[in-house]
Amino acid sequence: MGKTIAEKIFAAHLLDEPFSGTRVLKLDVVLCHEITTPIAIDDLIERKKDRVFDPAKIKAVIDHVTPAKDSKTATQGKILRDWAHRHGIKDFFDIGANGVCHALFPEKGFIRPGNTVIMGDSHTCTHGAFGAFAAGVGTTDLEVGILKGVCAFREPKTIRFNINGQFPKGVYAKDLILAIIGKIGVNGATDRVIEFCGSTVDSLTMESRMTLCNMAVEAGGTSGICMPDITTVEYLWPFIASEFASKEAALAEYRKWSSDDDAVYDQVIEIDATALVPVSTFGYKPDQVKPAAEFNDTKVDQIYLGSCTNGRLEDLRIAAGILKGKKLAENVRGILSPATPKIYRDAMKEGLIDIFLDAGFCVTNSTCGACLGMSNGVLADGEVCASTTNRNFNGRMGKGGTVHLMSPATAAATAIEGKIADPRKYL
Amino acid sequence: MKTFGGPVLFLDRADINTDEIIPAKYLTEITKQDLKPYILEDLKLDGFDPKSEKTRKARVVVSRENFGCGSSREHAPWVFEVNDITAVVAESFARIFRQNMFNCGMAAIELSRSQMDVIFSYANNNDVTMSIDIQAQSLTISAKDRHDTFNFELSPFDKALVLAGGWVDYADTKY
Ligand code: SF4
Repeated sequence: MGKTIAEKIFAAHLLDEPFSGTRVLKLDVVLCHEITTPIAIDDLIERKKDRVFDPAKIKAVIDHVTPAKDSKTATQGKILRDWAHRHGIKDFFDIGANGVCHALFPEKGFIRPGNTVIMGDSHTCTHGAFGAFAAGVGTTDLEVGILKGVCAFREPKTIRFNINGQFPKGVYAKDLILAIIGKIGVNGATDRVIEFCGSTVDSLTMESRMTLCNMAVEAGGTSGICMPDITTVEYLWPFIASEFASKEAALAEYRKWSSDDDAVYDQVIEIDATALVPVSTFGYKPDQVKPAAEFNDTKVDQIYLGSCTNGRLEDLRIAAGILKGKKLAENVRGILSPATPKIYRDAMKEGLIDIFLDAGFCVTNSTCGACLGMSNGVLADGEVCASTTNRNFNGRMGKGGTVHLMSPATAAATAIEGKIADPRKYL
Repeated sequence: MKTFGGPVLFLDRADINTDEIIPAKYLTEITKQDLKPYILEDLKLDGFDPKSEKTRKARVVVSRENFGCGSSREHAPWVFEVNDITAVVAESFARIFRQNMFNCGMAAIELSRSQMDVIFSYANNNDVTMSIDIQAQSLTISAKDRHDTFNFELSPFDKALVLAGGWVDYADTKY
């Protein structure tokens, strides 16, 4: 009987099976940010266990509220900063070098095929784009991960999506993942790994694969996962060139981390990518999805471009392509947060930042900020935001505010019209 | 081990997410106790008042499918814990929330839809309480003239975490 990629990763990292159905895995990478880690650090200090299992395998960033907005957030940053210095954690990214965790860490080449990865953040599933098992956890699991380099999981079951065909004009990875969540619902993949396969996925860039895997948790999934291929190798090459004689050698090694043809799945679902259209969410759950063209005069107050879902260079290029020479609609605010300083700099070199500024956008530093209603663009009661983020929960971007999730293209079209708009007429 | 059971708070809605249980703007608090006043502040549920006597007195929360979805924040179990709510009984849970509960030595108990329907049939009774026996894996809901008892499943690992009072000490002695 064949194995899925998740089963192979579990088998290779298995440390203990204390009870049937529970697997304790060794971790390759433990990621940390300043919202969920400080309480773990304080608890370790209180338990007189202020240690880390391996400083080289821990990566940390201040990203959710940066620069600090008040004394409390400054304290959270300080606890993380002092801890990183105290334990010799070299891969610590502070202001000036920091960006949204799930955009920054992949960009640094930290995640490799076959890795086990945890973080005290639900969107850790993003890193499955590299053929890793990457799961969001709470502060206690994170604390044990930091201390011992282990984490317990239930046996992995997998839902496989076979996605084939070319995206029609105006359709992107965000439309695909929203369509998938709309299909299986917000708990359609609870306790499951979601495998994204098929010719559509093979043709996607790493950025788009990250967008797909990022929202696996919005269907309840433990991790999204894509099979490593030559696109993965090309992306990682600057970091792995010294480890392999050639890209072919790297590919041969990484291909080990692929599901077997006769692997057993919980469910296999076929998706015809050619039938997809640009979509947006309505309501307060990410599975409430309908075509952007079907929104009748849904006015917005704010456009938000950014986040770990769609704040990467590819996303900025797509939005800028539509916004070039155009202006934000009257009474609409535009906020752009390039997800990392590198993305910011590259966008600047390509002239994209000028396009956004000319359109009337405010360009902020790289931060989570408004995505979770913390800073840099929080909504007022009753306001509506068209957003490239991943959660439209009640109050997510500010108490009483409404969030519509969509692709950067749909957000750009919406910026021009001031109401939710189909981007295809601008392409 | 913590103690379980007491007055019941009925949250009759599916997909209650952790942003509703404790909004992100309070994640800047450094101690669990500081979270206390903000329990369920953004819950979207008709007629629900997070500041009511009912919410304050509750020791057990009951709800529907996919409870605790969304953000991984352990602040959600913590805000329950500091309000003396140590158990949530629901039709199903999101993975991270469920694990966070057990990791803190608290209980996330799943019952079937028909069993939850029986539980929710108590919603209009006065003074509804629930007693929970983790060892025996059974719970009893009662009001003045009625009561119902159900058995529930707990994975051996989750049960061990509840009995041990959490995951940190367990892992540190073992690995
Ligand atoms: S950008 Fe938003 S979803 Fe992504 S890590 Fe930051 S807060 Fe979470």
